[in-house]
Amino acid sequence: MSHHPFIPLIIIIPLIFSYITPLIGWWDKRLCYPWIIIALSSSLFFSLITLHWVMIHGTIHYHFGGWLPPWGIEYVVDHLNALMLVIVSSISFLVAVYSKRSVEQEIPKKPSYFYTVFLLEVTGLSGIVITGDMFNLYVFLEIASLSGYALIAIGEDGAAVASFRYIIMGTIGACFYLLGVGYLYISTGSLNMADLSKIIPPLYHSKTILTAFAFFMVGMSIKMALFPLHMWLPEAYTRAPSATSALIAPLMTKVAVYMMIRIMFTVFRPYFSIEVLPVTTILSWIAVIAIVCGAVMALAQRDLKKMLCYLIVAEVGYMVGGIGLANRLGLTGTILHILNDAVMTVSLFLIVGIVMLKVGERDIYQLRHLFKRMPITMGAFIVVALSMIGIPPTCGFFSKWYLILGAVEAQNWAFVVAILMNSLINAILFFRIIEVAYYVPAYSHVGGSQERIPMDEAPLSMLIPTLITSMGIVLIGIFAGKVVTNIIRFAIPPGL
Amino acid sequence: MLNLIVSQYNYWIYVVLMMVGFYAMMAKRNLIKKLIGMNIFQSAIILFFISAGVKKGGTIPIVPEHAHEAVIASQFVNPLPHVLMLTAIVVSIATTGVALAILITIYRRYGTLEEDEINEIIGSRR
Repeated sequence: MSHHPFIPLIIIIPLIFSYITPLIGWWDKRLCYPWIIIALSSSLFFSLITLHWVMIHGTIHYHFGGWLPPWGIEYVVDHLNALMLVIVSSISFLVAVYSKRSVEQEIPKKPSYFYTVFLLEVTGLSGIVITGDMFNLYVFLEIASLSGYALIAIGEDGAAVASFRYIIMGTIGACFYLLGVGYLYISTGSLNMADLSKIIPPLYHSKTILTAFAFFMVGMSIKMALFPLHMWLPEAYTRAPSATSALIAPLMTKVAVYMMIRIMFTVFRPYFSIEVLPVTTILSWIAVIAIVCGAVMALAQRDLKKMLCYLIVAEVGYMVGGIGLANRLGLTGTILHILNDAVMTVSLFLIVGIVMLKVGERDIYQLRHLFKRMPITMGAFIVVALSMIGIPPTCGFFSKWYLILGAVEAQNWAFVVAILMNSLINAILFFRIIEVAYYVPAYSHVGGSQERIPMDEAPLSMLIPTLITSMGIVLIGIFAGKVVTNIIRFAIPPGL
Repeated sequence: MLNLIVSQYNYWIYVVLMMVGFYAMMAKRNLIKKLIGMNIFQSAIILFFISAGVKKGGTIPIVPEHAHEAVIASQFVNPLPHVLMLTAIVVSIATTGVALAILITIYRRYGTLEEDEINEIIGSRR
């Protein structure tokens, strides 16, 4: 319990910087890039400080304008928030570093507007993570979503239509969330999460509370693209510009999973989500279906980026399934998987962006000789592929390990089978790409031409973030035990 | 039953409006009609919040600076849902703005706002 002045800076820096970005772009287009690097690196710096502080001193409370909760807006950072903050700010920083060349190629005329919305997106995402107020969360959710729609609509042919569909679905999700907040407010008179968790328990069987909970669940399932509500995701993320999909694809779904954990286990107590309503049982079954369908749909794709989008749908199944197991091991797996999957997804999308820049082609069967052209990038790709399959010591193995342990403890065999099957399908998916890129000769029909493929590696500004993420995958894998004992252990709500 | 409807007519109106908007968003094939449905949907939620804050016989929540008697909460309308809805209206306007901008892009590129025709055009280009 401590007061810490740095907390609002994590939100305010990207917000203020984003308003000044168009002015700077108007003055000189080239200054936008260093400008957002300054913004996001300082945001990253403060969130690292925050994580360090939380690990030593415990939960931080910040009261906006000095108004005490439950009347004022409160920012609360505990272990879970701090971890999410570091994920959001580090990934957005890496993507910002990476974005230089891909923005120059894909959005040559107006980079300043792209960067403005980019910073707003980061503001929204970190705001969702940091706030302790239900309505404030809605506002940040809409900031993140609106800037997400705009960022997606900049993309290639069909992006605008996909983005419009996302607007319709996303607005339904956000409105359901808002309705849930309204129902909670009507029956409790409070909007503060900590306050609500004290007021709600005697009202567990009130129909209003049950309806509110149902609205929250459906709204957040839309936002995180949980299986039957995932229809907007693949098109939108495939058509978006490379830098956008690398930013939104790893973060938006994970932040929505975070919201689900927060509401199920902080605002409502675990007792409610597990005993009063059988939500966790339903969620674990939906998760099994999501994993299977996501993996099968991914197998059916020829487009590399679209394949990854369906893999996201499957990975959301992992995280929701871990929540659905309703035991400590399962939730540890979920939170660890939020971290791991964010790093893996961003790494994959960064690599796809490089391939798009250098080859201009996303059809899996056209990616011949990539290993000779871009050995370093493809080396990073192999690391991510191993992690997606779940081979130690990469990080993908450890979260799957926790999830499987949790599933065994909960005796949920269907989930175990789904995880193992998904790993096998991932092996097929990634080795198919590696086979084409490594073994299939480029011009076999010309009669075995011996021409040398020149090495054509990605520019450094794209290569370095990609390498950092793939090193991160190995490092998080090696230090997974430390992450669990030092951070995630404290993030698990009491009573679970 | 009738009594139940009449005594809480504001909530019934909100449910009906919300379903009208929901139907338009899901079933209409014209993108502008979908957007209008979305607006109706959001307005329904705003109306729901506002009517939740109202009290019968309540007045505007302004307490005189030097009030002598204690404030009786039941005499004043609850201002908090109304303030929340000011924010929600701003969000709704922003959403509409982004959606309209995207619709303009779509119209410039495909020359139509009918979903089926757009799908045909995109399908034929690939």
